[in-house]
Amino acid sequence: MPSTSANPEPPVVVDGLTIRYGDLVAVRNVSFTAEAGSVTAVLGPNGAGKTSTIEACEGYQRPTSGTVRVLGLDPAAEQARLSERMGVMLQDGGITPSARVRDTVRHYCRLYGRGVDADALVEQVGLAERSRSTWRRLSGGERQRLSLALALAARPEVAFLDEPTSGVDVHGRDTIRSIVRGLAAEGCAVILATHELDEAERVADRVVIFDQGEVIADGTLAELRRGHDEIRFHSSPDLDLRAMAEAIGFVVSRVGADEYVVDAPPHPRLMATLAGWLGDQGHPLHDVRAGAQRLEDVFRRLTAREDRA
Amino acid sequence: MSRLLAQVRAELGLVARNGEQLLLTLGIPVMLLVFFSLVDVLPTGTDEPIDFLAPGVLALAVMSTAMVSLGIATGFERSYQVLKRLGATPLGRGRLVLAKIVAVAVVELVQLAVLVPIAYALGWRPDPANWLLAVAGVLLGTAAFAGIGLTMAGRLRGEVNLAAQNGLYLVLLLLGGMVVPIDELPAPLQAVARVLPSGALADVLRDALGGLGDRPGTSWIVLAAWAVASPLVARRLFRFHERR
Repeated sequence: MPSTSANPEPPVVVDGLTIRYGDLVAVRNVSFTAEAGSVTAVLGPNGAGKTSTIEACEGYQRPTSGTVRVLGLDPAAEQARLSERMGVMLQDGGITPSARVRDTVRHYCRLYGRGVDADALVEQVGLAERSRSTWRRLSGGERQRLSLALALAARPEVAFLDEPTSGVDVHGRDTIRSIVRGLAAEGCAVILATHELDEAERVADRVVIFDQGEVIADGTLAELRRGHDEIRFHSSPDLDLRAMAEAIGFVVSRVGADEYVVDAPPHPRLMATLAGWLGDQGHPLHDVRAGAQRLEDVFRRLTAREDRA
Repeated sequence: MSRLLAQVRAELGLVARNGEQLLLTLGIPVMLLVFFSLVDVLPTGTDEPIDFLAPGVLALAVMSTAMVSLGIATGFERSYQVLKRLGATPLGRGRLVLAKIVAVAVVELVQLAVLVPIAYALGWRPDPANWLLAVAGVLLGTAAFAGIGLTMAGRLRGEVNLAAQNGLYLVLLLLGGMVVPIDELPAPLQAVARVLPSGALADVLRDALGGLGDRPGTSWIVLAAWAVASPLVARRLFRFHERR
């Protein structure tokens, strides 16, 4: 893979990006960067502006205002030059239904001309057994892996992967995660758009959270979780939360039918008090999880409308 | 160059594996040529039906490939985001369009290689046989029909485009003087038929290959106008991917 050290700036720089579709503002004043050798997850609910932002980085969308630089190039104006160094995985594939797996991968390897061995690539994404199948006969997960293979055919310095694990089974996800981490390990800047928080938590080094067209958080997982420790547990559905809060000295919230959260660091004494109170009241205690919030909880906290008002 | 050739090969591979496209580009023209040459039911106005039919079916073949086959395939590629995905490869949009043009030309050569010997086998002996003029007509017709097909493909959704291309194919086949002489149509339809690219192409081919053109001077002008205008319209209106 060619060195990107000639570029003093990060491989992907989005600065003040705004994209409008008529009266609709899909992306509003978005800024973030993505580094070489790392996986940056662009997270957000459907319609949050992720795909529009990624498409601006790929050169499909021209910014209404603001700038996007990818590998030092303007993607909209210099897509031809950028395409030789950029891997793209579209959300909906972009493959002719009657095209066969191996033929398609070979074709893209020829188009990129980066010396990637098509058969090895088919093997790498776990489709060797399906190499003669047409796209229309593949399962959802197999289609995603084929689409990923086409991005890899570029031997990319920067890769934009839109919802790569959508509809993929457990084993397929393992394969895709491994490939994504491998890409980053080779020095590629991987930008992953997803609404699957668990996926981002497993594979990303950095997370950019979108909501309603804006970036509402940007940082490493540790940074986003910092200061948000909790104790999460399951018990009877009819706990007296006020009495429990008085007993342990912290507010308790019900977050599911029988699931509760205490917004407090998991100190052993607090844990003992909590368990003791439940035992005294004759309530069970199970599925206890203590420590940093899951990304899902961070996301809920950040995207809660009333919290942001 | 190697990228262009790779794309041409991919385009031709998809055509060769697509039964509907083979039926459209070869099956139907061959069937029409053979059936109506052997069964003399059309009011062709010639001693031998093949003298009228052969140039008309060549025009039909050009329309089938350059408009319907290209238009339907491109429309679905646009719907499936194939064009969008290819646009982000080093192939680029320019070479993608060029590859499609080359693929159309190759298919047309195959059509000629199949249809002309069949026509000769059925007794066609065009006199005069100005093949250079015929090729010029085919080139203009290809440009005209490709522009129409791509304009529709670049604007309509895949299934709508499929229906529209097939509907237009049928209308142009019946009104275009390819198998039914324009003179046999009702007067109002004759006026329309004479300014359609199908009628113009059939007429210039009939004039170049057999001297049976109805009004070749006008037809050349009509055909040339379509050949210039429709690609310009396609260039202006075509969208490589559907905007959200």
